[in-house]
Amino acid sequence: MTQEEKVNQPASAYFIEENTEKIEQHTLSVVVDNEPGVLARVIGLFSGRGYNIEQLTVSETMHMRHISRITIVTSGTPAVLEQIRAQLERIVPVHSVLDLTVEGDAIERELALVKVAGSGDNRVEALRLAEAFRARVVDASSASFVFEITGKSRKVNQFIELMKPLGLIEVVRTGISAISRGPEAMKV
Amino acid sequence: MSASKQDLESQQLNGAEIILKALAEQGVSHVFGYPGGAVLPIYDELFQQEEIQHVLVRHEQGATHAAEGYARSTGKCGVVLVTSGPGATNAVTGLTDALLDSIPMVCISGQVPTPLIGSDAFQECDTVGITRPCTKHNYLVKSVDDLARIIHEAFYVATSGRPGPVVIDVPKDVQFATGEYLGKENIAHKTYVPKMDGDAVAIEAAIDLMANAKKPVFYTGGGVINAGPHASELLRELVELTDFPITSTLMGLGAYPASGKNWLGMLGMHGTYEANLAMHDCDLMICVGARFDDRITGRLDAFSPNSKKIHIDIDRTSINKIVKVDVPIVGDCGHVLEAMVKEWKKRNPSVDKLALKKWFDQIDVWKARQCLAYKDNSDVIMPQFAIETLQARTENKDTYFTTEVGQHQMWAAQYLKFEQPNRWMTSGGLGTMGYGLPAAVGVQVAHPNSLVIDISGDASFMMNMQEMATAMQHGLPIKVFILNNQYMGMVRQWQQLLHGNRLSETYTEALPDFVDLAKAFGATGMRCSKPDELAGAIDEMIDIDGPVIFDCRVANLANCFPMIPSGAPHNEMLLDDEVNDENIGDAIGVDGKSLV
Ligand SMILES: Cc1ncc(C[n+]2csc(CCOP(=O)(O)OP(=O)(O)O)c2C)c(N)n1
Repeated sequence: MTQEEKVNQPASAYFIEENTEKIEQHTLSVVVDNEPGVLARVIGLFSGRGYNIEQLTVSETMHMRHISRITIVTSGTPAVLEQIRAQLERIVPVHSVLDLTVEGDAIERELALVKVAGSGDNRVEALRLAEAFRARVVDASSASFVFEITGKSRKVNQFIELMKPLGLIEVVRTGISAISRGPEAMKV
Repeated sequence: MSASKQDLESQQLNGAEIILKALAEQGVSHVFGYPGGAVLPIYDELFQQEEIQHVLVRHEQGATHAAEGYARSTGKCGVVLVTSGPGATNAVTGLTDALLDSIPMVCISGQVPTPLIGSDAFQECDTVGITRPCTKHNYLVKSVDDLARIIHEAFYVATSGRPGPVVIDVPKDVQFATGEYLGKENIAHKTYVPKMDGDAVAIEAAIDLMANAKKPVFYTGGGVINAGPHASELLRELVELTDFPITSTLMGLGAYPASGKNWLGMLGMHGTYEANLAMHDCDLMICVGARFDDRITGRLDAFSPNSKKIHIDIDRTSINKIVKVDVPIVGDCGHVLEAMVKEWKKRNPSVDKLALKKWFDQIDVWKARQCLAYKDNSDVIMPQFAIETLQARTENKDTYFTTEVGQHQMWAAQYLKFEQPNRWMTSGGLGTMGYGLPAAVGVQVAHPNSLVIDISGDASFMMNMQEMATAMQHGLPIKVFILNNQYMGMVRQWQQLLHGNRLSETYTEALPDFVDLAKAFGATGMRCSKPDELAGAIDEMIDIDGPVIFDCRVANLANCFPMIPSGAPHNEMLLDDEVNDENIGDAIGVDGKSLV
């Protein structure tokens, strides 16, 4: 995904010229040793150097080896994205970093829980749309539903938009998990 | 397994003992520190052994800079020991300084006992949280069984790859607890394995460019010093083989000798005319262990516009961070220089001698501009004259220089002649006033019989002058040579250049009498204000067997030139003989005023 936008890069005090390079959005997969503070290090890198975090997902993925996988959706010019990757690799407990956007065609999924309150036609319509989106009803009361929906962020966005006029009152989202296609696994 | 057999296989020690044993195993001979409640078990252990000497500083910031001076003058890792809370927060400036200048350091801090962490206990602070952005890595030791491993790992991380500071926060209960000692041979780091050798294809591409260059220049930095004395030797060899001109950053001075025939002097904001113009006009820039800092590049879009650039750095993040380069080589300067020397010798390329001759002729024209010339004065000591005299009187002596931050630092960099690496300790990246005196303490600890001089300013001196007491206590005969201009000279210069000479708060009123102050510490105080007496006074200072504070009264309002104003390209330098009281206020354009 790219957008044409003017930004000031955090490159140097003397970057007086405005930067007109294209901003791209990339998904990075970061394999880390699951030691205390490692997430703070990653987040501190982004805030300290003025990079964007658009989505962040973290969980331990190999319990025996204390390894966690962090998925980050970030955006910047190609040069900034290269810096981000190099900076992440430099963090001591980081095993490896993969730019899934550069690798191409990665599978990205996100889960959302969507609470809709209402009655009458709206309630029926919400249920009908949920079916169309393959969202599951995980809680129901006489005046509400909680739907669970999984998919690409775009699909989740769309579902939430449709629920708005039907009594949407609360949303939580996990942020995306992403993995490359094919027989290869990411280096650990 | 019987109990006795187990005893043989594993050693049960308490946390404090483990710390001392691990430090000793790492070859540590000196620790710079300051005691307090949360490190009492470690201090008790220090008391009962003789292998490791403790240097008691007077402020934890002093301990960190002393460790930096020690590290930079020896190539070894500096070690600091501080208590929890204020002890740790006082160390933050020195940790940041070490991070920016890539100095290997391990700082052990005490922490409140594990069960109290998070309760706002007395002298508790979130040390790992506070120091996370100002260290290369840090650890909170939650179990005594991790302690030995973490210490060995910390030394590995601090000293490998691009060096930097590492903090180990040790709660007091962990210092008392009993656990197993693990020798350093048992440690293999899981994730951190820096790449030392440069890519062979990239090195060949670099040699291709070098063989065909018409206007090349070496631009070297602190990375060469960090790669060890051998890297400096290889750099000298490569310069001799290629016969290319060479300049260096503030941090890289000494890697190539100032007396070498290819030397252009330092580059950057206060660098020489010839170095900066060579950088601007070159067709090939060979950057070795430097990082295109803004003090070096000036205005980026006008930085060396027509050159191809080779960049050798151990840290991949330094490459293409600020300046896009043509041939990036990730690796240790020593390893890469060795490969380059080998490749050059193997190929023995026929360089364009005519073009190189023309390039040197051009450089000679720039040199003839004599950018470091200044108006001499027979009544007052010019600060430049003071450094030149210091240089002359210390030549051929076994001398180490440290500096504070300000004009005196830049004059020292311009007028001292560095022949060897590891002899010049200065705060480059962070620009920390108060660095030089404690750094001199650390250097003198490492080199007890050498001459160690802190070139200081009147304002900087007062930032860490309590460390005079450290020098006295430990019999460290450091010489503090203050270029006393009664101003925060560098800031005053910027106010003159940028702010209509409104000297807001830069006159250091109520300065102490430095000679009396020396006496109060039990040191020797000296003063000199006459140019013709200076050489003799410096000789006298050198001969004194003990710490000296030398109050060198210099011209109050001298400015440091050449200067590339912020935001200007390299070919727009201000030179001493071009700037006068009338035009100085307009010397910097509107754009430059907002920059640092
Ligand atoms: C800790 C710290 N505070 C403030 C500054 C900003 N600063 C840079 S140079 C300078 C003046 C230094 O004055 P002095 O030590 O007398 O040296 P001079 O420039 O006069 O040689 C100041 C205040 C700094 N570099 N470090």
